[in-house]
Amino acid sequence: MASQQQLSAVKIDMDTIEVSNLNRQFLFRRSHVGLSKAKVARDAVLRFRPNINITPYHANVKDPDFNVDFFKKFNVVLNGLDNLDARRHVNRLCLAADVPLVESGTTGFLGQVTVHLKGKTECYECQPKPAPKTYPVCTITSTPSKFVHCIVWAKDLLFAKLFGDTTQDNDLNVRSSDAAGSSENSKDVFERRKDEDIEDYGRRIFDHVFGYNIEMALSNEDTWKNRNRPRPIYSKDALPEKSIKQNGSVEKNGSTDDPSSVSAMASLGMRSPQDVWSLMENSKVFLEALKLFFTTREKEIGSLSFDKDDQLAVEFVTAAANIRASSFGIPLHSLFEAKGIAGNIVHAVATTNAVIAGLIVIEAIKVLQNDTKNYRMTYCLEYPTKNMLLMPVEPFEPNKSCYVCSETPLSLEINTYQSKLRDFVEKIVKAKLGMHSPIIMHGSALLYEVGDDLEEDMVANYAANLEKVLSELPSPVTGGTMLTVEDMQQELVCNVNIKHREEFDEEKEPDGMVLVGWSQPSSTEKKEENHRVSDVGTSNSSRPIAELNEDAEISTMEETDVVPTKKRKLSTASKNATSPSSSKVPADTDNHGKVEEIDDDDDDDDVVVMLDGNPDNTKTRRVVTSKNLCV
Amino acid sequence: MEGEELTEQETALYDRQIRVWGADAQRRLTRAAILVYGINGAVAEFCKNIVLAGVGSLTLVDDRGVTEEALSANFLIPPDETLYEGKSLAELCSDSLKDFNPMVRVSAERGDISGFSGDFYSKFDVVVVSCCTLTTKKLINDKCRRLSKRVAFYSADCRYSSGEIFVDLHSYKYTKNKLDEAIECELQYPSFEQEATAVSWSKLPRKMSKLYFAMRVIEKFEEKEGRSPGGVSITDLPAVLKLKNELCEAQSLKESQIPDALLERLVSSQIEFPPVCAILGGVLGQEVIKAISGKGDPLKNFFLFDAFDGKGVIEDISSRDA
Repeated sequence: MASQQQLSAVKIDMDTIEVSNLNRQFLFRRSHVGLSKAKVARDAVLRFRPNINITPYHANVKDPDFNVDFFKKFNVVLNGLDNLDARRHVNRLCLAADVPLVESGTTGFLGQVTVHLKGKTECYECQPKPAPKTYPVCTITSTPSKFVHCIVWAKDLLFAKLFGDTTQDNDLNVRSSDAAGSSENSKDVFERRKDEDIEDYGRRIFDHVFGYNIEMALSNEDTWKNRNRPRPIYSKDALPEKSIKQNGSVEKNGSTDDPSSVSAMASLGMRSPQDVWSLMENSKVFLEALKLFFTTREKEIGSLSFDKDDQLAVEFVTAAANIRASSFGIPLHSLFEAKGIAGNIVHAVATTNAVIAGLIVIEAIKVLQNDTKNYRMTYCLEYPTKNMLLMPVEPFEPNKSCYVCSETPLSLEINTYQSKLRDFVEKIVKAKLGMHSPIIMHGSALLYEVGDDLEEDMVANYAANLEKVLSELPSPVTGGTMLTVEDMQQELVCNVNIKHREEFDEEKEPDGMVLVGWSQPSSTEKKEENHRVSDVGTSNSSRPIAELNEDAEISTMEETDVVPTKKRKLSTASKNATSPSSSKVPADTDNHGKVEEIDDDDDDDDVVVMLDGNPDNTKTRRVVTSKNLCV
Repeated sequence: MEGEELTEQETALYDRQIRVWGADAQRRLTRAAILVYGINGAVAEFCKNIVLAGVGSLTLVDDRGVTEEALSANFLIPPDETLYEGKSLAELCSDSLKDFNPMVRVSAERGDISGFSGDFYSKFDVVVVSCCTLTTKKLINDKCRRLSKRVAFYSADCRYSSGEIFVDLHSYKYTKNKLDEAIECELQYPSFEQEATAVSWSKLPRKMSKLYFAMRVIEKFEEKEGRSPGGVSITDLPAVLKLKNELCEAQSLKESQIPDALLERLVSSQIEFPPVCAILGGVLGQEVIKAISGKGDPLKNFFLFDAFDGKGVIEDISSRDA
């Protein structure tokens, strides 16, 4: 893109550079680790194209400063984001500002570039995107069947309980039929007693979660009628000998000034993160990691959150997950694999990113030249389909049922006598509708809003409202009523029709409410199987796991809606069976944006896109890049 | 695998790509030696990709100096002209590339390698050529095939907003993962000579990429007129079209299979379109990585991309099958 003349660009990126970026983000060097991506990228580009104008912002694109007026300044927006939330946000701003958006994503060998123009093509949200995968609480706490369940348990429950904020709710203890497993006892259990020997403490925790808790779970016969029973594991069996104090184990870990260099593996002389440890080795790591946290990082205990770049945390979580997996007969995994799952690491290579970057620029140039007929959604495949490795498809028309660009109302099934406004705000407005600063109204009654300039009594009022069940709000919300939800920054308004429903399935509908008209695709698991790209457990690592992950990286490679296999002429209706989206097709007439492969039987005599700097354009063109991932 | 483990530094740097192709493949990459002859924009992109991937060594050969055209498409050339004094394109690019990954041995050599002996070529695992005549391409391809060691051969050409990659892996065995099973596969590749000159156009499938034919026409034109590669310009169009008609007649191919507009587009500019360079360099990079690691279905045997329709197509062309 920098090769074009008379270009001025703005680059927004909140991230700093990490070592793992360097295998593909080639504008960065090792010496840049820790610095702002936006700024370093800008400097690097200027070095080989000194004459362009790039303004970097080391900031979050969701920042209110980047409002609709800001976006209106640009001719095109290019996204290189790594999370769904930010993408949706930018999508809405581009719609509100009526600025074309070029979206893209990559995962391993797969990638795609899509173009979105308000009113002319689908917006980014017209086709539902897979949301980060969540798991029912009972699967995590009682009946795990996959390794990822063990990771979530180890990370979000055990690690959080031992090292994180203890005032937070934690589902760690199994719900047993015996009410004596009360929360009072559990608080005592996990806390280290005064002067308790660190190894004793470690073994006590080990025995509690891998031994006692499992025995408690086993006592509930119903749970195990159709499932394999787990076996309790006690430290005296997994690791019979008390470890002799490792000689200079603290020294081996280098200076305690650098907590990030402390490592249980190093201390135990275990070298390869690719090895799958035995139960005994996992137990050793478990105890050693716990010990190292308490001996070298005591100050952090009570406020730690899991960070995939925290070696000791990763070791602990791997070991804990593996011991639990062993208990439940689930295959064990290496630290390398576990880290990928726990950290939601997306596998990435320079080559796919280069291809996608090239495709982004090609589309961006079409946008700048208003070449509307030639916009394409392009898919980069791992295995060629019909001889094509790069497959262009014409954009679809906007989805008439899209609540984002077509203002279609949604319906919500909810128990209005039991669900609180807070549940609605968290689970629907923020999580599903992707609004960050919502205003919720019932008719003309303002039920809730977010803002800096609110008066104290309003804030108190809203806080009180959050704790009320819907039917008891000042303006009661019951079946048949309609709520209006709005985000001022995104300039998005949604009408939600409320339908009262008494019961919800705990496993299938864990939220206790169902949003209709906002279609969520079914489990992403089947699709992943088709795209298994390597034999290193990456099939799991490409999947975001719990709902709470900040770095949920999702390639928006839409497995189901790609590739119409039939060519469709202008006048026929679409019968694309693989597509989930409803209103794709225009019957005939002068509608654009059909589902059609480029018809290459015709002799195309169309004029070629002029690619050198536009001779008659004296205005500077501006381009926005919101890059958070690939270059 | 021989016990050379990846170092801690390598594991940290290559983490994201190891999650794609595995530690074994990464180890093989770190032992691979790549030779590049002729550096156009697409090949510059390829070099960047392969260096980032962490190959053992990369040797560049291109004795030409810097030109305006090169500057517009090759981002490895520093804009500071004072640095050009006495340096070949290969040397300038080599200097830039070292920066991208200090763990890769990047170097430049001089000379017309088409005259070098087999010993020279046997030092490498992969040879990539661009900006060379049809004759040179065939010659180097041939040299690679004569070696007892398997040396993978690739050529990459970009003409304005279209490009082509040719792959020759001779007789190639590799493993493929299908549903958790590792399957052994074998492919036989034809040489560039065998298919470029020997294949009969009329026997190729009707749906064949038109770009393939167009490339052959221009290639032939350059050879006939003794032009340097990429030396065809818009003023040559009438002569090119005339040659096209002659070739079609000789090959019993309908003239409409090679649209005039397509040929016009290919010769309309001598500058490579940078995003196309990125796409070609990306695909080429991935192919070379596959060949070195022995994992994944390699491309057989042409990849063609045209920004005009946005398709990236694979064509399997061999005079024996056609």
